[in-house]
Amino acid sequence: MIPIDNFLVLSAILFSLGMYGVLVRRNAVLILMSVELMLQAVAINFVAFAVYLNPETFTGLIFGIFVIVIAAAEVGLALAIILRLFRNRQISNVDEADLMKW
Amino acid sequence: MTYEEAIFYVIAAVTVAGGLGVVIARNVIHSALFLIMALLGVAAVYVLLASEFLAIVQVLVYGGAVTILILFAMMLTRVRDTAGPMDGPQRPIAALAATIFLGTTVLAVTQTEWRGNTEEATVISIYEIGEVLFTTWAMPFEIASLVLMVSLIGAIVLARGEEGE
Repeated sequence: MIPIDNFLVLSAILFSLGMYGVLVRRNAVLILMSVELMLQAVAINFVAFAVYLNPETFTGLIFGIFVIVIAAAEVGLALAIILRLFRNRQISNVDEADLMKW
Repeated sequence: MTYEEAIFYVIAAVTVAGGLGVVIARNVIHSALFLIMALLGVAAVYVLLASEFLAIVQVLVYGGAVTILILFAMMLTRVRDTAGPMDGPQRPIAALAATIFLGTTVLAVTQTEWRGNTEEATVISIYEIGEVLFTTWAMPFEIASLVLMVSLIGAIVLARGEEGE
């Protein structure tokens, strides 16, 4: 008998941690890991709402599955881009990739 | 406090500790290992939410594939040899922004009156999930598989490099 609030607060904490990581880290791979944390927080929220408030159609649960699918695709693509950036310019920090910075 | 809540608090503590480790660890490899801890904690949270299918998928996709991919990318881009500090100079502002976001969200969650059953999770069987996934959500399912294929082909093309390189 765990109230839904517990899950929502846990997801809020995870999301803020991911947000801090995205804002503060310099390395692209570490930023990507923080983004993963944020996606996980969102997925927890979706699933919690589905199983507590809407168990008839549980759309949130299906959405959670799609969040995991899209996150996996995103990680593969983002790591390929990071690898490419490192190979071409020998950098892996996002603040050094400033070729198009005005 | 029921024993279910006690289990929840233990799992939540493990998950939050893992998340904290990801964003504050000085060593990038430690950061990735903390990420595994957080992701497995989230899998346990799914079990508590009575969605064992998502928990299995979480362990398979995240605990296995995604973290290995991230560790490989770390080794290949020599993250550990990168000069300079790990964090940017905007750390106080980032901490402030995250704290304000956390405060607002927690306030919103605790103040809202949820309509419906907020005390106990309803068990949704894998059979039901499979049924709606291939009837109601068949089209998004196919689009998701297409997205996955396109992104993986794109990743291969990007990472392979040009001819004669």
